[in-house]
Amino acid sequence: MAQYAFKLPDIGEGIAEAEIACWRVAVGDRVEEDQPLADMLTEKAAVEIPSPVSGRVIQLNGQAGDKVAIGSVLVLLEVEGESSGELPPAGVAKPAAPPPPAPVAAAPPPKPVTGQVPAAPAAPVVPRAAGEKPVASPAVRRRAQELGILLSYVQGSGKAGRITQEDLERFAAGGAVGSAPLSTARGPRDAVHEIRIIGLRRKIAEAMQRSKQRIPHFAYVEEVDVTALEEARAQLNANRRKDQPKLTLLPFLVEALAKALPDFPAMNARYDDEAGIVRRYEALHVGIATQTPNGLVVPVLRHAEARDLWDTAAEISRLAEAARSGKGTREELSGSTITISSLGPIGGIVTTPVINAPEVAIIGVNKIVEKPVVRGGQIVVRQCMNLSSSFDHRVIDGWDAARFIQRLRALLESPVTLLVR
Amino acid sequence: MSETIKTKVLVIGGGPGGYVAAIRAGQLGLDTVLVEADRLGGTCLIRGCIPSKALIHVAGKFEEMTRCASDDSLGIRLPAAPVLDMAEAQRWKSGVVDKLNAGVGALLRKAKVRTLNGWATFSDAKTCSVRTEKGDVTVSAEHVILANGSVPVALPDLPFGGRVLSSADALSLQELPKRLVVVGAGYIGMELGIAFARMGSHVTFVEAGPRILPLYDAQLTRPVEQWLKKHGIAVHVNARAQGLAQGPDGPVLAVANGSGPLALPCDRVLVTVGRAPNTAGWGLENMAVDMNGRWIKVDSQCRSSMRNVWAIGDLVGEPMLAHKASAQGEMVAEIIAGHRRSFDPVAIAAVCFTEPEIVGAGLSPDEAKAAGIETKVATFPFAANGRSLTMEAGADGGFVRVTARADNHLVLGLHAVGAHASELSGEFALALEMGARLEDLAGTIHVHPTMSETLPEAALAALGHAIHL
Repeated sequence: MAQYAFKLPDIGEGIAEAEIACWRVAVGDRVEEDQPLADMLTEKAAVEIPSPVSGRVIQLNGQAGDKVAIGSVLVLLEVEGESSGELPPAGVAKPAAPPPPAPVAAAPPPKPVTGQVPAAPAAPVVPRAAGEKPVASPAVRRRAQELGILLSYVQGSGKAGRITQEDLERFAAGGAVGSAPLSTARGPRDAVHEIRIIGLRRKIAEAMQRSKQRIPHFAYVEEVDVTALEEARAQLNANRRKDQPKLTLLPFLVEALAKALPDFPAMNARYDDEAGIVRRYEALHVGIATQTPNGLVVPVLRHAEARDLWDTAAEISRLAEAARSGKGTREELSGSTITISSLGPIGGIVTTPVINAPEVAIIGVNKIVEKPVVRGGQIVVRQCMNLSSSFDHRVIDGWDAARFIQRLRALLESPVTLLVR
Repeated sequence: MSETIKTKVLVIGGGPGGYVAAIRAGQLGLDTVLVEADRLGGTCLIRGCIPSKALIHVAGKFEEMTRCASDDSLGIRLPAAPVLDMAEAQRWKSGVVDKLNAGVGALLRKAKVRTLNGWATFSDAKTCSVRTEKGDVTVSAEHVILANGSVPVALPDLPFGGRVLSSADALSLQELPKRLVVVGAGYIGMELGIAFARMGSHVTFVEAGPRILPLYDAQLTRPVEQWLKKHGIAVHVNARAQGLAQGPDGPVLAVANGSGPLALPCDRVLVTVGRAPNTAGWGLENMAVDMNGRWIKVDSQCRSSMRNVWAIGDLVGEPMLAHKASAQGEMVAEIIAGHRRSFDPVAIAAVCFTEPEIVGAGLSPDEAKAAGIETKVATFPFAANGRSLTMEAGADGGFVRVTARADNHLVLGLHAVGAHASELSGEFALALEMGARLEDLAGTIHVHPTMSETLPEAALAALGHAIHL
């Protein structure tokens, strides 16, 4: 039998590392060629990594949430025949060197991780003074590091509070250790739950941090009277063909962008700030910020400038569905040139949307409400909506941003100009 | 045109930190280059631990045989006094060093580490130029492990050279100095000074501080002080060496102390006033690495402030011990290979090969007290240990001391002084790392007759019921 060290292949342009979303196999499993080994998360999408060979899993390097460099050994397999010539990874049955230095014992393979690492359970308060080191043997301390667990949070069942291997494994498995009986009266709560920020949430966190750290945001809010637009929308929906999707406000907003952007090319752009280059796009690829069960993702409506209202509506609907079910491909989730964010259905007067870096503008939609408006000296009831937008103030001036939003407002308030092609 | 090497890991320094890091990196399949300007093995193998222990061994043998020639020692009598051939002793010592040096080279080759012999100078954090015999080689690496070690500190008034020796010079002396003054009574000066005294030199110590071996508490150093007294070795404390002068009967070292100036006759002066991290002369200033005083600043994983630049061993601070450097080197290699590690020892044991030997791991009673911990402390004398008596090791005032928490008996520190006490260091370190309690030490059956029996006895004494006391 030989060993085959399977290295994480290059799974996308310019990607140096990927995160283990979950393992599909466990140590000891027999896998067939092309059987998925793991789901790896890149900047935009989860990618299934199939096994290039058939064999038995000896070692899984890393656990859910760990980042793995492209080209580093992901899985070690036992395969039929001669050695593959690949380098065996850490700690795999190699003859130990004679002293000096001290021989290095083969490390035990990491335990299979079949899902996300459990968050720290609500363990009872550990009776350990602040700053006091937990008592545990070197082997237990090392295992805790491998599991990413801070021993200070683990209760030791041994004498003098010593943490045993079993204490640690129990903690890792998520079981609270010997919870104290409680009275029925409402007692104080002092547990702290640690949630590891991994997977998509980490991607979102990193993207948001990057955007907010790097981009000086400039926000601009304007009210738009959408009474006429809502009437037009109602008519179009009432008369639509059976194969046509129901129109929401979003396709109209996309249409308005398509109409306005040729006059405001600076808004439909991506800023490579390290290279010092702004790339303005003639194509309009609209990112549609979409809430999914796992968190925020931004599928991309491609070439909106070439679509009509119905195409746009159908494509938005398809993309949203794919994103919500986690089936969005990397292509569908990258490459937008400007983004629309809508919290409309929930309500709220104003938002300050975060730019989807490296884009330079984001258009936020607030809820349409009926409100009294003065028109020609008369108070009338109109349907109004706020547009809350943010711009990259490094490359877009406030004056231009305001003019751009005013153009969008004019288009949305006069559906005839908007719909005429 | 100079050669250019691109590698995953570049290790600077072939001492116990650097070579261990390189071997481990090689074992883990990382493409690794090690640069060493001198011989593989560093201070420890070439001009520190190993040669000094070799000479201490020679000194011990010689002293023992001298005793056999002069009085009836264990019924062994030598008809004539032994003669020490210093040059021959040096040859034997060099043989030991050569063997280990070659061994390190072989281990590196086995781990597929490429070794460059030359001086590395960094132009930026990830690139250095190595001046080798075959020309300059440029090495650029994804990861750089700095293991440049330390150098002996000189005194402004006593620069190394001529009669003034560094510790490395002293270890290579081809002739025994008749009169040797040792400036600095820390562990390096004490080890070497005592060894030379046992070989027959007339040794005098000059120490600026109030006592010898300041790393250890007074209780532990007392047997060493007694040994010095018994052998008529003068120790001038609170005394400062001021320079060499020519006296009427030869060279003298001028010393100022509280009671007035002294002129100590000497053939040689050994200056052992400490070691400083080797941070100059190799382009550290071009690497944009943050410093912590004179040390390179690192975190618990030995990461410096520059991404993927790591520093280990004497470069990063106390304790400046080979075994600490090795442990850090092994850890860094594993972190680079993707393992989760951090440097988190409970204790790093340290040994002083004086007469008698001192070994310590963990907190002393004073340190525990200073940390606000209520303790139980007990000692057990080697004089009450059978094996010690059979090795003539019971009469030098040696003992084992255990320091434990009073509330849960967790062992906080283990210390010993006495002949062969260094051999207990492994048990001390293991007990502390495992989180042993007094009951664990007392409950482990130790072999009779060995010196190790003193440890459970000391633990029992702390629990209030020693058997053999």
